[in-house]
Amino acid sequence: MITVEFLGPIGKPAMTMEANTLHDVAREIKKDPSMAQWIDNCAVAVNDMLVGSLDTPLSEGDKVSLLPPVCGG
Amino acid sequence: MLELHDGALNVPEILTRWYSDESAYNYGAYIPFVGTVRDEDGIDGLSFDVYEPILLSWFETWCLKVAPLGAKLKMAHSRGDVLNHESSYIAAVFSPKRRVALETIEQFVEDFKASAPIWKYDLKEGERIYARERSTAIAGAGLLGENK
Repeated sequence: MITVEFLGPIGKPAMTMEANTLHDVAREIKKDPSMAQWIDNCAVAVNDMLVGSLDTPLSEGDKVSLLPPVCGG
Repeated sequence: MLELHDGALNVPEILTRWYSDESAYNYGAYIPFVGTVRDEDGIDGLSFDVYEPILLSWFETWCLKVAPLGAKLKMAHSRGDVLNHESSYIAAVFSPKRRVALETIEQFVEDFKASAPIWKYDLKEGERIYARERSTAIAGAGLLGENK
């Protein structure tokens, strides 16, 4: 099992799922209509490191974070 | 040094402390940038969510980048609510020469706006409203939408 957390304004509780790569995470998240507005603008981190490929492998206990558009300052 | 504070920043205290901490290290330039919440569009203030693990690694990467130039970075940011005319953000560069400090503060603040994992909300009529139109997608965003 991995955990997916939704940061900032997404406002969705963390969820757990079985996933071998981020392809699996993307498929699962797309089932939630409330996520449609975030899919195309979120960055993705695995264990707090930003990643750039859906082929990124996932292991038991990994944490996937979705980061929506930012505006600090 | 990265500091996170609950609520508004105490600007005089932070700037004075940073100056005092570095005054013996022979830096020729100390350039602070202070971000203050403006009274506009009917807001009462701003509010911030911060994701600390990635913010810390982003900041450490910047510190390593400017270290060969002899420069040192400091940053303070608020969590939670900051009212109009209060300050939520301070960035500062110390360096031996002014040119490095001037160039670094601009690049650092611009990258902060585009990359730091912080989310801003308008405080308006008792609501906390995500500042979506003023926000920037982090480089590489949209990954989950590929291969639809």
